[in-house]
Amino acid sequence: MRAYLDHAATTPMRPDAVEAMLPYLTGADSFGNPSGSHRESRRARLAVDDAREQIAELLGADLGEVVFTGGGTEADNLAVAGVLGGLGARGGPIVCSAMEHHAVLNACRAAVEPGRGELREVGSDPAGRVDLDRLAAACTADVRLVSVMAVNNEIGTIQPLDAVSRLVRAQAPGAVLHTDAVQAVPWLAMAPITASVDLLALSAHKFGGPKGVGALVVRHGVAIEPVARGGGQERDRRSGTPNVAGIVAMAAALSATVAERTETTARVTGLRNRLLDGLLASVEGAEESGDRAHKVPGHAHLCFTGVESEAMVVLLDEAGVAASAGAACSSGAVEPSHVLLAMGLDKQAASTGVRFSLGTTSTDADVDRVLAVVPGLVAGLRN
Amino acid sequence: MSGGVDSSVAAALLVEELGRDQVVGATLKLWGGASDSGCCSVADVEDARRVADQLGVVHHVFNFTAEFEARVVAPYVDGHAVGRTPNPCIECNRHLKFDRLFDRAWSLGFDAVATGHHARRATTEAGRHRLIRGADPLKDQSYVLAMLGQDQLARSLFPVGRLTKAEVRQEATRLGLRTALKPDSQDVCFIRSDEGRDGFLGDRLPLHDGRLIDDATGEDLGPVPAVELVTVGQRRGMGHGDDGRRRYVTAVDVPARRVRIGTPEAANASGVELHTVTWVDDDPTRIDASPECSAIAQCSAHGRPVACTVRRDGSGGLSVRFATPQRRIAPGQTVALYDPVDPEAVIGSGIAA
Repeated sequence: MRAYLDHAATTPMRPDAVEAMLPYLTGADSFGNPSGSHRESRRARLAVDDAREQIAELLGADLGEVVFTGGGTEADNLAVAGVLGGLGARGGPIVCSAMEHHAVLNACRAAVEPGRGELREVGSDPAGRVDLDRLAAACTADVRLVSVMAVNNEIGTIQPLDAVSRLVRAQAPGAVLHTDAVQAVPWLAMAPITASVDLLALSAHKFGGPKGVGALVVRHGVAIEPVARGGGQERDRRSGTPNVAGIVAMAAALSATVAERTETTARVTGLRNRLLDGLLASVEGAEESGDRAHKVPGHAHLCFTGVESEAMVVLLDEAGVAASAGAACSSGAVEPSHVLLAMGLDKQAASTGVRFSLGTTSTDADVDRVLAVVPGLVAGLRN
Repeated sequence: MSGGVDSSVAAALLVEELGRDQVVGATLKLWGGASDSGCCSVADVEDARRVADQLGVVHHVFNFTAEFEARVVAPYVDGHAVGRTPNPCIECNRHLKFDRLFDRAWSLGFDAVATGHHARRATTEAGRHRLIRGADPLKDQSYVLAMLGQDQLARSLFPVGRLTKAEVRQEATRLGLRTALKPDSQDVCFIRSDEGRDGFLGDRLPLHDGRLIDDATGEDLGPVPAVELVTVGQRRGMGHGDDGRRRYVTAVDVPARRVRIGTPEAANASGVELHTVTWVDDDPTRIDASPECSAIAQCSAHGRPVACTVRRDGSGGLSVRFATPQRRIAPGQTVALYDPVDPEAVIGSGIAA
């Protein structure tokens, strides 16, 4: 048996979510295009409406605030480009945390191509949380958009969105506040997060749903310019035929995830702590990244001094453990982690980070395997 | 596996010989910037991965962009700033493929690294490794491997070195590899053809106009743009002399912003001084046995081999005297030395001072 410890990258689909989507793939009377006017379409539209209502309720949003997208990256891009519209950042500076996922970071950077305004990237404190003093300095009254993620995808730190929200409202009342909440859903109560922001992105496959479907929650009154133009679906905010089966499965997965959250959180916290404490005790020069007190239960992130994570994950894979090193780029190569760099680590240290991320399907056996193989692999690589 | 046909076939031959469970494919991501195709584009990684899939072997991508920048690109740019023209392929082989990748392969538990270079390794009865030219004289790459020593050769395999390029393509076609008809890569992998060397360096270096000086008379012949981009031995753009013959660059003094030009004879040199000397065998008996050693020098990737004598200069370098005068070797260029008794075998290398 392999130990799959890369749930922050993606999760296996929940069987109930697979079950839920099947009728909308092949069902004779429910495969329709929800934009049509016949029975097949009505069935599909009803399913999308039901899913939208269910998701809105689980997130603490209103039905009309949920815009379905083709995943988390598209949701983040719609948030950034949609708020800035055709003007880019010329309408006022934009602010984001330097540890944002590239879906936000690169969308923001693209908005400030030469001559198109200013992007202020705010670094983190050593605990792995956005530096509020620096954020305060960056949030001048003319700021147009602020983006701070809910949970960091690499090290798992929960960002102080409450404080961020108060700060932004006080200092830049005209700014739209976006959060990439892709990593938060399996672990955190979503309603308080939704309440503290104007825009919120999520991705189904991080919580047992299918890949290629996500959503952007757009608070009523926040104007969003569409990125994909066409038939005007999703109230003119995201054209294109909705991924009906995916949307239905996302709702099912979210519903099950929320229902089991208390239990999952308690169980996975125990597994994660055993994994981390075990490695910290058995591997010399292992250091936990960020402050565990501020992390979601699924994340265990360590730096093994002097051990290149790129080699480490190859050996872990051979030893039956699926883990990850930083963020994989399009070619499959490992880049030095921009998150660890944002926390103040140097380039060399930022290339030693290994992430073990647990999820609903993680077991004691997974942890046992990691604890059994990692000390030997680290020692071998240091030789 | 660069995603080209040579390394694809090298992998295929290894798999045939050793079995797929003994072989893993690796592609190096070396250059973070834009490139035509080079070794680093996503499309080439995809080709390499598809070939590995087809051969049934695991494929990894290793990100060595930081080392490539520090060891290859930065020295290339810095060299031009002071009038040196290093060979980036050789520095990449020296520091990345046969050092950084070797270390990585080691730490992952592998015994050897195979590449698609057109060169051969031969091993003597005494267990010494020799580096031999590739079987295809037109594609021979022993020049860019001339800095390898025993340690590296002991762990290197060059499976396509015994084949001609035509045979490599035939083999790729026979195996149905998607890279069978892919054109050979050209020039420096991190420089795009639409910008060229001058555009690449121009974006990274302040370029200075200078003066053209007559090598024979010291006369100032007029202005010359971008002295950093002028190379010793260069003919392009240097015009003709009063005698109607072409002029060549004989020396470049970047700090003084002077380019000396002269007749073809003036552009020739009777020898070259080498530093950063390497030997294929740790024990170059021939050179120690007599103060003067004859060898064969090759001064560029596909340059004509020329007889020479080699003498230690007493400070770790070599003094090379050509049997007949050769076009001056630009500082920074590598000279590969071959065995006069067996002209196919590399004996060492050095970098022109």
